[in-house]
Amino acid sequence: MSLWHLAWRRLLRDPVGIASAALVLAFIALAAASAAGWVARDWADEAGVSYAPPRFFGTVVEDQAAEVAKALPQEDYGIQDPIGPELAEIRKSLTELSQDEAKQGSLLFGADKWGRDVLKKAIKGTETSLIVGFAAAALATLLGTLFGAFAGFYGRWVDDFFNWLYSVFTSIPYLLLVLAVAAVLGQKGVLTVILILGLTGWTGIFRLVRAEYLKHRVREYVLAADAVGASAGRRMFAHILPNVSHVVLVQLSLHVVLFIKSEVILSFLGFGVGVDTVSWGSMLAEAPSELILGMWWQIAAATAAMALAVTAFSLFTDALRDALDPRLQ
Amino acid sequence: MSSYLTRRLWQFFPTLLGVILLVFFLFNWVGGDPAYLLAGKIASAEQIENIRRSLGVDQPYWVQLGIFLKQVATADFGVSWSTNERVSQIFATRLGPSLTVLLPLLFLSTVISLAAAMLVAYYRGSLTDRAIMIGCTVGQSVSILVYILVLQYWLAYRLGWFPVQGWGGTLGENLLAYAALPILVGVIVSLAPDIRLYRSVFLDEIDQDYVRTARAKGLGEGRVMWLHVLRNAAIPITTNVMTQVPGLLAGAFLIERFFSIPGIGREVILAVERSDFPVIKAVTVYVAIATMVVNLLADLTYRALDPRVQLK
Repeated sequence: MSLWHLAWRRLLRDPVGIASAALVLAFIALAAASAAGWVARDWADEAGVSYAPPRFFGTVVEDQAAEVAKALPQEDYGIQDPIGPELAEIRKSLTELSQDEAKQGSLLFGADKWGRDVLKKAIKGTETSLIVGFAAAALATLLGTLFGAFAGFYGRWVDDFFNWLYSVFTSIPYLLLVLAVAAVLGQKGVLTVILILGLTGWTGIFRLVRAEYLKHRVREYVLAADAVGASAGRRMFAHILPNVSHVVLVQLSLHVVLFIKSEVILSFLGFGVGVDTVSWGSMLAEAPSELILGMWWQIAAATAAMALAVTAFSLFTDALRDALDPRLQ
Repeated sequence: MSSYLTRRLWQFFPTLLGVILLVFFLFNWVGGDPAYLLAGKIASAEQIENIRRSLGVDQPYWVQLGIFLKQVATADFGVSWSTNERVSQIFATRLGPSLTVLLPLLFLSTVISLAAAMLVAYYRGSLTDRAIMIGCTVGQSVSILVYILVLQYWLAYRLGWFPVQGWGGTLGENLLAYAALPILVGVIVSLAPDIRLYRSVFLDEIDQDYVRTARAKGLGEGRVMWLHVLRNAAIPITTNVMTQVPGLLAGAFLIERFFSIPGIGREVILAVERSDFPVIKAVTVYVAIATMVVNLLADLTYRALDPRVQLK
């Protein structure tokens, strides 16, 4: 009975583990469907009127409409508008155009300023967040595992070098380092965010993997492999790595959550994904001006989607750790 | 002890050199030519050449690295590219507001989360414990952005209990009026992760033999928990508090930005938005130095807290 079989059995006995694993799988399926274009492909369309309320909330409430009207710029300051007639004509042609499109007065979960469906934006944001979270976590785990394996296995100056690199990276607070890299790269985009988070986030994994390699390199099975002539690379990655991979897997899952949260903050500040991509962070960035007008549905949708995904991932990580390492309880 | 200190201080140099190299690599190599950023949209070749000369970026890389090393050694990072304010002046004026918010925040969040963690660890396995732990997991999954947005909207904008944002002249006014809501938000955000951590720390201690002995000789539960358990759990708690201290220097970026607090964190975000490299370089180097010093202080504190700790 292998470690993975035993872990799988333990995971199946844990109801929270099963529920969270199912939810995580559902989120991954949703993101995959969105990436494949099966759902939320038309998220950028103006499906409803500007700030169309959620359907369960009814159509635009009177006092809200009044508030919106108040927030709009004053039409007339007592001075005759020199380009008034032209503007009126433009406005008329604009309203004729929008009447053709037949926008809806209310959407299932409301609309944003440009009348885009908030629910579709949340689905698209899920796709962005999961792609960024998984890709950045994969990159960070790859770096951390490689560095940790070399440092722990070879020891001596290799270990000193990687420990030095580790102390350099950890002496700068994580978010400050991320912001500094973002400032330097100066361009937005999903790939940029993945690189920023992945290249700065490997330190925690490095430390754990290094400790595991220090422990394992003197064990009998590794010494035996050495005695029958296995190369250093083979001992590191064919013999030791499978025995420490449960640590790596738990860290991978943990870092997905960390990077999803970081991406939201980066995108909110405007250093994250570009304007043509929607993310939970960019949805939240629109929230301050909307809240003042009483439009709560976009922040609610982004928060709910993120809370659900992150809670599921966190609980799944806990269950995974319990299943893979039963000594910890 | 003195040999330990000497060795630790000696170890600062390679790390600091690494931070300097990393920052140099990022800003002078990856960052590209700052002259184009500085000269603006319409610039003649002559203007760009002038800026390059004044910044020293027309020199070979090793000369530029020398300039940067000299800046770090003399703690003189020149002037901000966007406001022409001296970087040292920016630090001197922004540190006060940051600390006004962050010191009370660190103190309150530590005390409150310690008390809550003690409570749930004492009643572990009970309904209260599980409810609070589930609450913490869910609370941690909501982005800090949402806490700031919603609390600012409800408590300040809707209910008017606090000013929405801003900063006053005197310390008292700042603490009581302007810093109150930022501190409250910060405490609420840090409660969930801190309670989880401290609970597991207390749970490690609560089944130890000395706890049973203390109870057996008739000590009250309050005394056992708050004196014996707390003192034995002091090292991981100190570690957690100490690791948050360098963050104080960098400021709580998001809180300062939302509440328009003229602190270092807001300055960093502004600097990133304006590609103001001198400010970001200075903050990064200073915070790295502070982190190293705080780590050393933390190790010395362990020794003071627990005589069994051997500093080698």
